[in-house]
Amino acid sequence: MSAFEAAGGRDEFNRFRPDRDARERFYAEPLPTRDQVSKRIVVGYGFWIYLLSDIILFSAFFATYAVLADATAGGPSGRDLFDLHKVAIETACLLLSSFTCGLASIGARSGRGSWFYGAMTATCLLGAAFLFIEINEFRSMIAQDAGPTCSAFLSSFFALVGLHGLHVTVGLLWLLTMMAQVFAKGYRADILRRVLCFGLFWHTLDIIWVGIFTMVYLIGVAQ
Amino acid sequence: MSSSELQNGPHYADAVPGDQDFDRHEMAGAVESYLLGLGLATLLTAVSFFVAGTTLVWAPSIPVALVVLAIAQMGVHLVFFLHITTGPDNTNNVMALAFGVLIVLVLIVGTIWVMTTMNHNMMPMNQMMHMQR
Repeated sequence: MSAFEAAGGRDEFNRFRPDRDARERFYAEPLPTRDQVSKRIVVGYGFWIYLLSDIILFSAFFATYAVLADATAGGPSGRDLFDLHKVAIETACLLLSSFTCGLASIGARSGRGSWFYGAMTATCLLGAAFLFIEINEFRSMIAQDAGPTCSAFLSSFFALVGLHGLHVTVGLLWLLTMMAQVFAKGYRADILRRVLCFGLFWHTLDIIWVGIFTMVYLIGVAQ
Repeated sequence: MSSSELQNGPHYADAVPGDQDFDRHEMAGAVESYLLGLGLATLLTAVSFFVAGTTLVWAPSIPVALVVLAIAQMGVHLVFFLHITTGPDNTNNVMALAFGVLIVLVLIVGTIWVMTTMNHNMMPMNQMMHMQR
C-alpha cells in the first residue's frame, strides 16, 4: 500500500468513510433495541428533559418568593394567613394521587382495564380535591383583602402556588384525555407512551409541591 | 466510532424515568416499590409538619431541618416513584437530573445571595428619602 492510499486513497468520498460497508450493514439489520424499544426511551427521555426545564422554571419562582417573603408592606404575613391543617390535607391528597398514578401506570402496562381506570379515577378525584382546597384558600385570602396586589410577598406567593395549581389543572385535563384515549384506542404503544409521560408529569408536580409546602407554608409559619 | 462497534451494535440499553424493570407476572413487586415510597414519603411529611409546629427543638434549627427533610423526600419520590436508579441504564437520566439540580441551585442560591448582599449594602430607607428631598 502506498503512502497515498494509506492516507485515504484517491476517492474523496471514501476518505471520511473508511468503514462505509460496516455502517450500512449496521443500519440494515433490524436490531430490537433500535426498532422496538427505543421510541419509548426517546419519548420518555425527551419528556424528562422537559420536566427538568419545568423544574428550573419553578426554581425561578421559588427564588423570587424567597427574596420577597419578608416584603409584606405592612400587610399580613404568612403566619397570619396560612392554615397548616388545610395544607396537610392538600399534601395528603397529592401524595396519595401520586401513589394511585403509579398504580395506574402499572395497570396500563399490564393491560388491566379495571386497575387502570380505577387508579386513574382515584388520581383524578384526589387531584380535584387538592385543587378545590387550594382555590378555596385563594378565595378566602382575597376576601380578607390579602390578594396578590396587597404586597410583594403575596404577589410572589400567588405566582408560585398559582403556577403549581395551573400545572395541576393541566395535569387533570391530561389525565381525562388519557382515560378517554385508552378507552377509545386501547393499550397501543403510542397511547402507552403518553400514559408514561403523564405519570412522569404527575410525579414531578408532587416533587414540586414538597418544595412549596416546606418553603412557603412550613417555614413561613415556623418563622 | 470504530468499525467493530458499528458491526456489533450498542451493547447497552437505556431505561426511561418512570419505567420499572417490570414483568407482567410480577405485579406485586411493582406495587411494593410504590407502597414503600408512599410509606417513606408519608413518614417524612409527618415529621416535617411535626417539626414545624414543635417547640421542643432550638427554633433557628427548624428551617434547616425542614429543608433537609424536603430534600430527603424529593429523593424518595425520585427513587420510588420516578424509578431513577444508579444502574448503567439510568446514566443519561441521572446526568440530566444532575444538570437540572445544578441550574436550580445556581438560580436559587445565587438569587438569595445577591439580594441579601444588596439589601445589606443598601442605605436605610429613611436616609434615602432624606437625600431625595
